[in-house]
Amino acid sequence: MQSRVIEKAASLLESGACTRVLGWKAGAFFYDVTPAVFTCAQEVREQMVFNPFCGANLSKYLIAESRKEGRIAVFLKPCDTFSFVQLQKEHRIARDKVWAVGVQCRGMCDIDSLKELGLKGVTAVEEAEDDLRVTTLYQEKTISRKEALSPRCHTCKSRKLLDCDELIGDQGQDLPSSRFAQVEALEAMTPEERFAFWRGELSKCIRCNACRNVCPACSCEKCVFDNPNSGVQNKAAASSFEENLFHIIRAFHVAGRCTDCGECTRVCPQHIPLHLLNRKFIKDMNEFYGPYQAGGDFDAKPPMLAFTLDDPEASIITNGRDGQ
Amino acid sequence: MKTWKLSTLDALFAAIAGKQTLYIPADVAGQPVFARWEPGLAMTRALNTGRSAKDLFFPQVEDLARFRVAGKTVSVSPAQALQEPFVIFGVRACDCRSFDILDSVFLAEPADTFYQARREQATVVTLACSQPEETCFCTSLGIDPQAPGGDVSCWMAEDTLYLQANTEKGEALLASLPRLEDGEKPDADSSVFDKLPLKDLDFSAFSGKALMDWFNSPVWERLSQSCLGCGSCTFVCPTCQCYDVRDFDTGHGVQRYRCWDSCMYSDFTMMAHGTNRPTQKERFRQRFMHKLVYHPNNHGGQIGCVGCGRCLQKCPISMNIVKVANALKEGKA
Repeated sequence: MQSRVIEKAASLLESGACTRVLGWKAGAFFYDVTPAVFTCAQEVREQMVFNPFCGANLSKYLIAESRKEGRIAVFLKPCDTFSFVQLQKEHRIARDKVWAVGVQCRGMCDIDSLKELGLKGVTAVEEAEDDLRVTTLYQEKTISRKEALSPRCHTCKSRKLLDCDELIGDQGQDLPSSRFAQVEALEAMTPEERFAFWRGELSKCIRCNACRNVCPACSCEKCVFDNPNSGVQNKAAASSFEENLFHIIRAFHVAGRCTDCGECTRVCPQHIPLHLLNRKFIKDMNEFYGPYQAGGDFDAKPPMLAFTLDDPEASIITNGRDGQ
Repeated sequence: MKTWKLSTLDALFAAIAGKQTLYIPADVAGQPVFARWEPGLAMTRALNTGRSAKDLFFPQVEDLARFRVAGKTVSVSPAQALQEPFVIFGVRACDCRSFDILDSVFLAEPADTFYQARREQATVVTLACSQPEETCFCTSLGIDPQAPGGDVSCWMAEDTLYLQANTEKGEALLASLPRLEDGEKPDADSSVFDKLPLKDLDFSAFSGKALMDWFNSPVWERLSQSCLGCGSCTFVCPTCQCYDVRDFDTGHGVQRYRCWDSCMYSDFTMMAHGTNRPTQKERFRQRFMHKLVYHPNNHGGQIGCVGCGRCLQKCPISMNIVKVANALKEGKA
């Protein structure tokens, strides 16, 4: 897959089909890859990587990149393409300035998953079919690729590559996913237990805003929390009330637009399972308004922007006299 | 040198905590963090905490004063600086060095009284490293992870904890503990530190003289390109020291507090005329120029980094000080 992606990137630049390529650049190790824009084919061949640790969702970068001169090629995994479509529905990406190459995916790996397995000082990883050969400062070990997967990939919802100009690998299908199991476990708790769970998690927050800044649904030009004129500008939680509310408000704000890409949880330096808040909203919306997948297509009406008389909360127009 | 059996570490913690507040690196909600010891709290198996030890001296949020409004009267109650002694156990050599860097800023005249009080009240007990992570590069910054400083230095070998007091405060702490025995620690094996992939980073090029050359380097544009502008690197960094002072409207007055700030944020050091760092490129450059050039320029050549590797582990897009330093020296990114 690595060689096909890199050859494709180089040839798109050489043919002049694109002026820039959005891909990944290698770091000191195999896993510390950084999203980067390449402008020359030689540089692509020398520095670009595409390995199982290229987990970052590149869609959000297209907001800025598609406003620049020339066309940019981008490599998107199935889950990234949902964000790509959703951002287009929100008129945030100039589609004609983007050449989208869909790359089929069998789940991405995460260095934190390797560390969870007790591997310390990981210096190299080699992919061999369904295994990873891991070299550390202390040992060499072969583990199954499955064990190294990013937690979000264990509950992958779809391998469909949406709205791509070309594909590397086959088109995929929706997958049976158990992604709501953790939400159900939280729902089964007593309110006190649930409150204790979220207090434990949210009190770890350091307000670094990584979740917000990486989130493709959080694309406001100026976030209310960064705006000195908003009256709610905040750099740290002044109280536990604020600590709780920041994430809950953010989850409300992206409700109906969150595609469940899982970037919020991936980037959280404090390992807070933030995606569970969003998933709760997705599950509720599915139950109240029928199944809906944000970014799943261009036509479906978002449940938060639609209204019917059989709305479960019809009180909006019946003035509280539901059923009359 | 004194010794204590590791199998009864809990009893050592209890003995310390019987006299003053004790913080140890422990897993809380799955995250390693310096937490207040209470019976049953065990040390984390992680090499280092997610947030650094600077939290104990420069917390993310601290109240400075409260203003209460009643009718036409405003009453002001300033916050009190810490007056209780405490012990912080298990500080690694990198974090211990970070205290020197923070001291050079917060204890310079006029000293920051809140920080100063915590430093004075604290007894720092360090712990030598034996199993580094691949992201460790403290040795590149002249730090010996196997000989950490602090008031007391500790080593763990086999089934024994070895303790050595380095200061009067450290002597006093050890003297207050029962059942310490005399002993000599065995020589530690340092071969794994020679295998660290980042052990040969050279920071000597970043002398103050070339300040404008580094500032105007063409690499900033490219390096900052994919930066998300979040504050992860600054907030997990043991040497980042910038803060903001803000007012929280309590509904019947004002709670004035200070909190960590990040040069990565768009409203960092916002002034009446607006911001002097309008794009992420300038913000990103500020952070690394501060660590690599400005701080050493102002503080006798001391680099503002301790090689703990937290930014390597936590940056959502894996951009970090190692990549920046290398790109600057090569002149290309």
